[in-house]
Amino acid sequence: MGVNKPIKVLWDIPREERFAPGHSMCQGCGAAITMRHLAKIMDKNTIIAMGTGCVEVTTTLFPRTSWRNPWIHLAFENTAAVASGVEAALKALSRKKIIDDSRRIKVVAIAGDGGTFDIGLQSLSGMLERRHNVMYVVYDNEAYMNTGIQRSSATPYGAWTTTTPIGTKLRGKPQPKKDIITIALAHGIPYIATANIAYPVDMVEKFRKAYEVDGPSLVHVYSPCTPGWRIRNEHTIEVARLAVQTGVWVQLEIIEGEPRVTIKVPRRKHVRHYLRIQGRFRHLTDSDIETIQKMVDEYVEKINKWVGEEAIGPVVE
Amino acid sequence: MSLAQVVERKVERIAATGNHAAAYATREVDIDVAAIYPITPQVQIAEKIAEMVANGELDAEIIPVESEHSAMSAVVAASAVGARAFTATSSQGLELMHEILYIASSLRQPVVMALATRALSAPINIWNDYGDVISMRDTGWIILFSETVQEVYDNIIQAYRIAEHPDVLLPVAVTLDGYILSHTIEPLELVTREEALKFAFKRPRGYRPVLDPDDPITIGPLAAPNWYYEIKRQQIEAIRNAGRVVREVGREYGKIFGRTYDLLEPYMIDDAKIVIISLGATASLVKAAVNRLRKQGEKVGMVKIRLYRPFPAEDLIKVIEDVDAVGVLDRAVVYGSPTEGPLFNDIAVTLATRGIHKLLVSFVHGLGGRDIFVNDVIAMYKKIKRFAEEGRSPEKTVFFGVKGEEV
Repeated sequence: MGVNKPIKVLWDIPREERFAPGHSMCQGCGAAITMRHLAKIMDKNTIIAMGTGCVEVTTTLFPRTSWRNPWIHLAFENTAAVASGVEAALKALSRKKIIDDSRRIKVVAIAGDGGTFDIGLQSLSGMLERRHNVMYVVYDNEAYMNTGIQRSSATPYGAWTTTTPIGTKLRGKPQPKKDIITIALAHGIPYIATANIAYPVDMVEKFRKAYEVDGPSLVHVYSPCTPGWRIRNEHTIEVARLAVQTGVWVQLEIIEGEPRVTIKVPRRKHVRHYLRIQGRFRHLTDSDIETIQKMVDEYVEKINKWVGEEAIGPVVE
Repeated sequence: MSLAQVVERKVERIAATGNHAAAYATREVDIDVAAIYPITPQVQIAEKIAEMVANGELDAEIIPVESEHSAMSAVVAASAVGARAFTATSSQGLELMHEILYIASSLRQPVVMALATRALSAPINIWNDYGDVISMRDTGWIILFSETVQEVYDNIIQAYRIAEHPDVLLPVAVTLDGYILSHTIEPLELVTREEALKFAFKRPRGYRPVLDPDDPITIGPLAAPNWYYEIKRQQIEAIRNAGRVVREVGREYGKIFGRTYDLLEPYMIDDAKIVIISLGATASLVKAAVNRLRKQGEKVGMVKIRLYRPFPAEDLIKVIEDVDAVGVLDRAVVYGSPTEGPLFNDIAVTLATRGIHKLLVSFVHGLGGRDIFVNDVIAMYKKIKRFAEEGRSPEKTVFFGVKGEEV
């Protein structure tokens, strides 16, 4: 099943497209890039469960679909429960010889940050705790983009959204982003990773490993949203790369609880390079940016301590 | 099958609660997936299924979900893979499922659910009324009420045959009155697994669209205004037609197992002037009251509605067309309605749309598990009779048995 050999270079990524064109996602959509590459590691024997969100509404407008695999959507908060039901049914029907057991059909659950960090957190926790053999992918565009840019618990500190507007008393989101990786880790699942569309080889290799794992896995994908982040369509990859280069986003892989950084950054860029390219941060003052720089420094220090090496280096201008 | 053959069937008789009867029925029809979550008073269904799986009596995957919302989500998904799926709940658990109840019927997944009926919060109350089941009235599910423990068992076996029928493909809820049936031990005639599976046979996977890698389809897409309405119209047609299948299945069940079921059950109706209509276990009390009143020479009958959704309007008209007055007993309320009894409202509409005029009395009783007795039903009958003598229908619902309100 899936792709059998490790993805080490760009041409190791399968040519086959299981995510069909013709969908209505935005130009420069990070989630579209995520979906296309995710679909590449699936083979025919994959069932997809998806939560309500941008990807769901833009890829399945009846009677058309972008999905070349069996695909099911019920609602917003229950992607993991739907995936649990699919997986349990496959198990039972394989055991009863109604489905050929040798097919080893894999279940992939896909949801956005709102459907995972917020409204779907309980259902995700249940699925991870029950040890369903499901690969869970969260495409994180850091707000409720499908409804028009409302803050979620994945929205970063200081970001403008329509529900964290820039006013005279409040300026952007006052709270930092929720740490979904640590939450997943607390469930003791075999495979957890963060991935980023600017690093496709690393991302697809992580998809491949998460898919191959027998048991629950979670891949958290950084997926920029051009209208929501107020960025130019051609800046999607640039913003995604800067997130890694500034240490705002760290490329992690946690196998059986053992963490490592897969994309090391010996010399970090100052966070202003990341913030200044995005309209959602345009209101930030130099002092706000320094506050965020400190938050990033603390995060990087925590990660380095955790992985036991200086995987992410100091800021060097 | 002749009557002689029915008698020849070797029947195992046990004593069981309604909850255990529900669980045994899932064993007989060989369910594949059960999502279980504890809530009073259905919790012994979950326990018994877990026990049967643990000791190998039932080969099913149990999903010990973290909420009823996930329970309903998981069984709908399991059904979409082609599995025979089951769950059970009560009251607040059903309310948490609500969003997915509509999705289950709209995705046309033949899930079966046992509902041990219980009052809704607030105030929190674990005892029987039909507040929960009435809240799912309009969700597109087929709803079967049970009067006895045997009916709980028989209804669940029939429910799979109905739900999976190609002309239906809709979820089915089977009720059992909280405590009154869920916890009461009654005699139960078992059906063997072979018999049950011959009756509620498992259709080959693929007879309906399922999540199959060899034939990939997208289930639960976005439908814009150009398609949504047509999809809903098909669903309306499906539940309308379900009554015919429920009748056929109930008759066939009777031929094989000796207990025939119809959409409703009339009792002492032939020369009745006044008829009392009710649901579920309440019907047993009404039957007892009718027996007693008949001994006193009263021309009274009763109708038990078994199939609540789709509502058997035509059948009901046939059995009550000759009576003078109809009293309807509701163990639930629809707040702010012109009359607050939900079953009453269905019956009033059924009669009005056909231009049939009858004297109608709406009673609400027994909310939150307040017991009613045979004498109470007799008191309600007398009230109906008084209205009939006066020749007027009361405009408002009578709340029977509330402290400080005389009847």
